[in-house]
Amino acid sequence: MSKVVEERERVIIRFAGDSGDGMQLAGSRFTDATAVLGNDLATLPNLPAEIRAPAGTLAGVSAFQIHFASRDILTPGDVPDVLVAMNPAALRANFGELSRGATIIVNEDAFTKRNLEKAGYGDVNPLDDGSLSEFRVHRIPMTTLTTRAVESVEDASTRDAGRAKNLFALGVISWLYGRPTEVIERWITGKFGERPAVAKANLAAFNAGWSFGETTELLSVQYRVAPATDMAPGTYRNITGTTALTLGLLAASVRSRVPMLFASYPITPASEILHELSRRGRHGISTVQAEDEIAAAGIALGASFGGRIGVTATSGPGMDLKAETIGLAVMLELPLVVIDVQRAGPSTGMPTKTEQSDLLLALYGRHGESPLPVIAPSTPGDCFDAAFEAVSLAIRYRTPVILLSDGFLATSSEPWRVPSVADLPAIDPNFAVAPEGEEGWQFEPYSRDERLVRPWAIPGTPGLAHRIGGLEKSDRTGHISYDPKNHARMTELRAAKIAGIADELPPLRVDGDSDASVLVLGWGSSYGAILGGARRVRLRGEKVAIAHLRHLNPLPANIGDVLRSFDRVVVPELNSGQLAQLLRARFLVDVESFTKIEGQPLWAPEVERLILGDVEQAATSTNGGGAR
Amino acid sequence: MTAVTDLHEGNGHSGPLTKADFQSDQETRWCPGCGDYAVLAAVQQFMPELGIPPERIVFITGIGCAGRFAYYMDTYGMHGIHGRAPAIATGLATAREDLSVWIVSGDGDALAIGGNHLIHALRRNVPVKILLMNNEIYGLTKGQASPTSVVGQVTKSTPFGVADQPFNPLALAIGAEATFVARTLDRDRHHMTDVLRAAAAHEGAALIEIYQNCPVFNDGTFFALTEKETRDANQIRLEAGRPIRFGSGGERGVMMDSGGRLRIVDVAEVGEGALLVHDPGRGDPGLAFALAKLSADVSGPTPIGVFRDVERAVFGRGSAAAGGAASEDQLAELLLGGSTWTVS
Repeated sequence: MSKVVEERERVIIRFAGDSGDGMQLAGSRFTDATAVLGNDLATLPNLPAEIRAPAGTLAGVSAFQIHFASRDILTPGDVPDVLVAMNPAALRANFGELSRGATIIVNEDAFTKRNLEKAGYGDVNPLDDGSLSEFRVHRIPMTTLTTRAVESVEDASTRDAGRAKNLFALGVISWLYGRPTEVIERWITGKFGERPAVAKANLAAFNAGWSFGETTELLSVQYRVAPATDMAPGTYRNITGTTALTLGLLAASVRSRVPMLFASYPITPASEILHELSRRGRHGISTVQAEDEIAAAGIALGASFGGRIGVTATSGPGMDLKAETIGLAVMLELPLVVIDVQRAGPSTGMPTKTEQSDLLLALYGRHGESPLPVIAPSTPGDCFDAAFEAVSLAIRYRTPVILLSDGFLATSSEPWRVPSVADLPAIDPNFAVAPEGEEGWQFEPYSRDERLVRPWAIPGTPGLAHRIGGLEKSDRTGHISYDPKNHARMTELRAAKIAGIADELPPLRVDGDSDASVLVLGWGSSYGAILGGARRVRLRGEKVAIAHLRHLNPLPANIGDVLRSFDRVVVPELNSGQLAQLLRARFLVDVESFTKIEGQPLWAPEVERLILGDVEQAATSTNGGGAR
Repeated sequence: MTAVTDLHEGNGHSGPLTKADFQSDQETRWCPGCGDYAVLAAVQQFMPELGIPPERIVFITGIGCAGRFAYYMDTYGMHGIHGRAPAIATGLATAREDLSVWIVSGDGDALAIGGNHLIHALRRNVPVKILLMNNEIYGLTKGQASPTSVVGQVTKSTPFGVADQPFNPLALAIGAEATFVARTLDRDRHHMTDVLRAAAAHEGAALIEIYQNCPVFNDGTFFALTEKETRDANQIRLEAGRPIRFGSGGERGVMMDSGGRLRIVDVAEVGEGALLVHDPGRGDPGLAFALAKLSADVSGPTPIGVFRDVERAVFGRGSAAAGGAASEDQLAELLLGGSTWTVS
């Protein structure tokens, strides 16, 4: 039977099921095949907070979304075109986000009376009551078909069959979008190589799903999404923000020739960094799972004192606990990299949900005057560059650096052009050594170079033995000092050193229409949504300029000029207006704050409406953003 | 051991290291009569024995009177933040196996605000030597109760007497799987030096509790153990392989009764054969724990010396951070990861 093939420029698919249904796996494998096919893509998992919520309930629904296209895409997408729902709860949890006309593929077998009840449908089956009439619904008895396919596999158990239905679903979707089967087949063979019966059962399920798509009359159209043609030449891989971040740290260690000690305490969503780096023992990185967040920061700082790169990672609650140690690092003027994978707060908040609400914490969340560099990556792949830069700044300026990632960046993925090692700048740790043969020379640990940077004199270096600590230092000598003028001077020196980093930063770049009257200024993970929103606005024939901040402290030197050169500056953030508040205070510019605090990323259509002034919330923002 | 004449490399000195090589140019600022002076002098005097050049020795301290210790040693040093010295030292010792890392702390720093770091450094067996100056009071903040203040002790924060049970630092350390646990006295230079020597020779974490007099806020607490008139009657000196005896003529001793409890007895009554023979190398920590708990308070007979000294894997040995960074080839391979595709 030959089927119609239709071209699509972009597709968003959401795989949703019970947390035991293997939806993350199905989504990840589909992503691999999509990447190999050469589509541009972005992905986002949406996990329940509970590890094993009761099966079949709304709380237990786990989802994975992929947005893939033949031209550049900027976010994992907001509204799915296709929802794969493995049970009634998955349908119910995601149904509200679908647009009319969307495709829904359900595992019909899972729509039992009991599952319908658990999902809150009562005794009404949404497949039969007409409530889905505005959607294209494909009812596939996936459990039955998977069981039938696996029956023929020798030694495969009923349990293997029960667990393979995600691969059946993956097979159907792979056929529907013409994904290369060999990538997925190779993965199955590799993954279950030691358990041949399981491998065969999964292969059988996957192939049965593919064949079902090919032969069933339920699916009459196959879609084709051509490989992306607007990507820069190079070697690409798909990468999550977490992986990119760990590789950025590693690359900075290699390019500085300084080994790294990474210490952290498990916390969602930062733990994955510890997991990934724990496998890098052969690569000059030690990891310590500390007894608490405070210890993790202390261990990292101790390593930095010893001439290593000390790195710690956490999420919001852990930042609160590390504050005192970060302040010590400010006083000691030693390198330290602190990664905050932000999540919805306050307190435990919503650990698996994203937010940008730690900005002011990062900037000001320590006692005393304790400025430090704060930088934020803008995309999953950009986490590599941001991590590299964080280490570089920490080493070259002898300062703690806070890297503000977030749950969205950490878990989402995109194609990433693999950099060449030689193209990464070398980082000179410039360890201090004593001059030879200078009689009476005294080491001064708080002397400074022209950038106000003090020497990094590490234990073991002859002639430089010295003591440092949290007490105020005398300028140059580093001796304890309570002298009023000295304290003022040291406070200024510490601030001026950090402020001086702006001299090496690129100016804030304004993209889009330079003659636009409105500028959208963002920071961190909202980059893709802002770019996408601006593009939509331009397609309507309107003008808009955008700019994105990587460096939150110090800010780029030209930011004041940029802000003042537009009639209207809109600042969308996943917080109560923290950047907006900062900009208004610093530059006396009446920026508009757009805030979203739902634990969800910002989406392009929201930014579009915002730019067009079609958003109620924007109108309320003149009260000063986050001050509410 | 390295030849002693090499130990001055880069310092412009020659000849064997002396106490003076470990004295920094900073004026010591403890209260007159503070026990910390004696500890500092004993440590500075002992350091040359290590045979390690001063630049490879690091003192990490927390907050409290003992925190100042780092400034007075002419080694590398860091005066950290309250309670966190064990964490900072863990990072340093893991990253730099070539260093000799010492922690100086107090009963508030180590047992109150820093309790968590202390117990984990001990259980991990981080290669650090911890000097815990126990004066049973907060000195730097001027006289509040500490976790080792005794029940009934009147302090500024407990005007009607301490109500809560104090920690026994050694029992706590043994419970935390410490591999080396000892106790000594600020006013006994010779004993302290012996204990320092044993701790330095120990491969992993070593905890030394030092009974240290605070002449301002808790004067005389340990005098039963330290003063000439009473010390012989009260110091129970633990010596490996020897029956545990004390008293000016060794007339008293420690034995285990039929119920498994340790008891102080008259040797004449029970005979020397009945006394417990001290074995700090014993794997089972039970006896060391019982010895740590032998005295209810320091006004009576109290054991000092090395309670426990056993071998266990040392934390962080052979860690990647103590080696070199990865190579560019290794990095290039990791950057590529698993599956890639090419856009031309």
